[in-house]
Amino acid sequence: MTSHRLPVQPGELIDRDDLVDFRWNGVEHGGFAGDTIASALAAGGVEVFSRSFKYRRPRGILTADFHDPNLFVQVGDEPNVRAGHRRLAPGMNVTAQGTWPSLEFDARAANRIVGRFLSPGFYYKTFISPASLRSTYQRILRRFGAGGKIDPATPPAHAGKRFAHPDVLVAGGGPAGMAAALAASHRGARVMLVEENHRLGGHLLYGGPDAAPPLAELCAQIEADDAIEVLTDSVVSGRYDHNWVGVVERHGGEEHLVKARAKCLVVAAGKIERPFVFAGNDLPGVMLSGAVSRLINLYSVAPGTRVVVATANESGDAAIADLERAGVEVAEVADLRRSSSQLVRAIGKGKLEAVELSGGRKVEADLLVTAVGWTTPTSLLNMAGDRPVYDPAAARFLPGDLPQDVLAAGGIVGDGPVESIVEHGRFVGFEAGRRALTTRAAWQRLTPRAEPSDEVAAESTDIPELPAAGHPELFAGPTDGFVDFSEDVKGSDVAMAVAEGYDSMELAKRYTTATMGPIQGKLGGVNAVAVHAAAAAATIEATGTTSWRPPYAPITLGALAGVDEDPVRYSPMHDWHVANGATPIVAGQWIRPDHYGDPSREVLNTRSNVGIIDASPLGKIDLRGRDVTKLLDFVYTNRWESLRVGAVRYGVMCAEDGVVFDDGVTARLEADRYYMTTTSGGAGRVWNWLDEWLQTSFPTWDVRTTAVTDGYAAMNVAGPRSRELLERVASEVDLSAESFAYMNGRVATVAGVTDCIILRIGFTGELSYEVHVPAGYGLHVWQSLLDAGSDLGIAPFGLEAQRIMRLEKGHFLVGQDTDGLTKAHTAGVGGLIKVDKADFSGKPELLWEGESGAPRRLVALQPVDGSVVPPEASQIVDSATEVSRTIGRVTSSRMSPTLGRSICLAIVDTPYGEGGATLTVRLPEGRDIAATVLDHHVHLDPEGERLRG
Amino acid sequence: MLVIVCPHCGPRNSNEFSFLGERSSRPAVATTTPDEWRRYLYTKDNAAGSQLERWFHVSGCRRFLDVERDTVTNEIRSVRDVAEDAR
Repeated sequence: MTSHRLPVQPGELIDRDDLVDFRWNGVEHGGFAGDTIASALAAGGVEVFSRSFKYRRPRGILTADFHDPNLFVQVGDEPNVRAGHRRLAPGMNVTAQGTWPSLEFDARAANRIVGRFLSPGFYYKTFISPASLRSTYQRILRRFGAGGKIDPATPPAHAGKRFAHPDVLVAGGGPAGMAAALAASHRGARVMLVEENHRLGGHLLYGGPDAAPPLAELCAQIEADDAIEVLTDSVVSGRYDHNWVGVVERHGGEEHLVKARAKCLVVAAGKIERPFVFAGNDLPGVMLSGAVSRLINLYSVAPGTRVVVATANESGDAAIADLERAGVEVAEVADLRRSSSQLVRAIGKGKLEAVELSGGRKVEADLLVTAVGWTTPTSLLNMAGDRPVYDPAAARFLPGDLPQDVLAAGGIVGDGPVESIVEHGRFVGFEAGRRALTTRAAWQRLTPRAEPSDEVAAESTDIPELPAAGHPELFAGPTDGFVDFSEDVKGSDVAMAVAEGYDSMELAKRYTTATMGPIQGKLGGVNAVAVHAAAAAATIEATGTTSWRPPYAPITLGALAGVDEDPVRYSPMHDWHVANGATPIVAGQWIRPDHYGDPSREVLNTRSNVGIIDASPLGKIDLRGRDVTKLLDFVYTNRWESLRVGAVRYGVMCAEDGVVFDDGVTARLEADRYYMTTTSGGAGRVWNWLDEWLQTSFPTWDVRTTAVTDGYAAMNVAGPRSRELLERVASEVDLSAESFAYMNGRVATVAGVTDCIILRIGFTGELSYEVHVPAGYGLHVWQSLLDAGSDLGIAPFGLEAQRIMRLEKGHFLVGQDTDGLTKAHTAGVGGLIKVDKADFSGKPELLWEGESGAPRRLVALQPVDGSVVPPEASQIVDSATEVSRTIGRVTSSRMSPTLGRSICLAIVDTPYGEGGATLTVRLPEGRDIAATVLDHHVHLDPEGERLRG
Repeated sequence: MLVIVCPHCGPRNSNEFSFLGERSSRPAVATTTPDEWRRYLYTKDNAAGSQLERWFHVSGCRRFLDVERDTVTNEIRSVRDVAEDAR
């Protein structure tokens, strides 16, 4: 069908009966199922896939796999798709990304001429001054970004995450990883085997006919083993403390995160082939030996017609055999194992035309293959604390010391024929299984009530050595070429960084950005170290690698974000609110009615008739036991011993630094039974606080705490006619003022529902009853109260009306009128601080604050012009001095419908907070207004006649 | 994500717990001085190495635990229920 496709190859992955049509830069192309985007394009004669990051040089296939820096393309809406890895799918719309105006002609290629502006550190050197031009620089530089385009209109994808608990997790599904997985499984371990490619097999897949039988056998065994979960097209992205391992499962363009806790991790990541640094090493037509073997054996694509091979190892030799078998003319083989043989430069304009070898000899070719050595992807080992060691004899870094729960297997450790690699993997897997099962048994023993697991034989297996084969140290030739293809960093750039004083590799890396592109140094990292070492006249051992950090391979943000699973809480009456026109407001985790149309009218109706508010989010804690009073005495600042059965008391809780962190009321319902309410946001915090003191300081006290916030629906019935209303629906309780006075609580039956708790308290400042109802009956009681009060003028009110009424009454809200520095005296509750108690939380700080006087105080404030409502957080200033000084701020402000004027709470420096003082409030627009400090916090009914009636 | 072996629940991920910081002992309230009290509130050893710290198994058994952890290696050497010791 196309000129570059070879006849059927023995191990090819393509299905020649399944034709796949797709588009490349708007032109129709064809490929086969099983092709990658890159192999289909290469079969169709495409040579240039991208333009390079800085110099916009044309780039072609380099490695033909996931790590190919030159094969980033856009597929539909998805940018940065790796064309050497992504499988072709019908109808794919593939485009080159970041090219301008087109892949064939990129205007920015002129950079090659002005390249000196793009030297290392060019951002620091070039685009700093003048400052007035920085936004222009930014606009132009944006154009140079290599990334593709996303369409903001694309609907978001929600990538769920999952957890996994394998005994052994094997990273890498080549022969060593497969053998390790099988051996661990035979030992009784549950195994997760993760492979980056679409199929297991690693280098055996493209190893030619000899590799096929061992691969088939390993695959058959894995297939038959139910204890091995295989994840292909997936990658282990990171290893964290205690073998917490991130795995990214890919499904085409979708990614899902697997969070695995592995008892033992086996790293069988193999080896990554390293490019060679020489002039022209990025010309299309210059490839690594692995790319050639992949193209021929996996996809039956001829990578060129006339080839020069520069080889120093068996991978290059295998590529020669593959090329010959494919009928490519091998013009010249430069055996770099012989010192007389040198690769000098690749020559060509836009694509390879000839290769210059030792002695200035030029050979015409459209394909140059290099095989000069390996990088060991030690990333996961680094993350486990290992510092890899450079072995000059093998010309690569090798694993050093590993922790007990991490093992390395196969090519990352050493070299050998397939049988040796498999053998090594088998031993490692066997030992990994033992270690994992030992941990499993230990964890089982440590789990109370768990079934004991079988004991594991304790003897460890000696893992045979897998020595690394000798290899000449080949990093850079006599000419200058690219060290990092993704970032367009040359050997001379690294050398310049050294000359400028960046003698540490870690600093030179950041300065030149070598290894900091999307390939993360997997290809060029060791070359950068070698070039740096040469420029600094140091050894590679002394220079060391840069740190590999997670993620091993890029992860989409969507996979990390996962699905939004924040809980949202609704009261049992929520549906009623929706049906009755409530405007909702998000209050912490809760969705609450803010108002039902007109909060002012809701206030006036409550103050003159009766209103009802859904208070279900209130924190509620059931306290039982003989020593509850002691606990209350400790966590609240005031005194609780005298609280008799049937009484309710208000209290303020302070942390050990004296700062107010919650407030609420607690009722004593029976001798040993109490009912505590907290702020809505503080419910969990207070419960934890009580348990912390009980467990850590008072473990002998007889107190049981139970959080019952969701167990009770709560509603506050407030207003002068609230008693009349409640009398119609409540039974087994005397609601008369004499027997059920203010600050009392009773257990009663309401609308036929037994075990309701009624607290007569007054956050709104009105005669009011907080009715707590077993949650399942919440809506019934709510509806019954509304029905029973229709002739009394009952109407629901929302959060906003409640906020207005509490402000009219001068009640502060923790977190609104107080902050993380507001101690109890500052909040104006000094009368509730009983420092003659032996001990309570925060006592020393409050004692000292009382003695020295609070530096600031909470005051009620009324603007002189009552029509102006200063916005919350308006500054209060002392403008008597030349430069006006901030002396406080407005913490709450509203227009009071009851008083017909604006009212505020404010925190001010103590000397300014005397009753009757006039202060200056600076509005956000800059205008100053005058406001008067009241003698107390209360704007409405300071005598509390409404409340106590 | 660490594994903390809760004495009541067994090995659990550390995100089930909340971390309450280094263990510090509360001075005697009757005799304490501002210096001593504020050392208790704010001054931490921040050791590089073994550290006794308090964790709360908030999404598990709700017990408060004393955990001995190596802050360099994250090795957890012991986990005890605070109340067992305090009793």
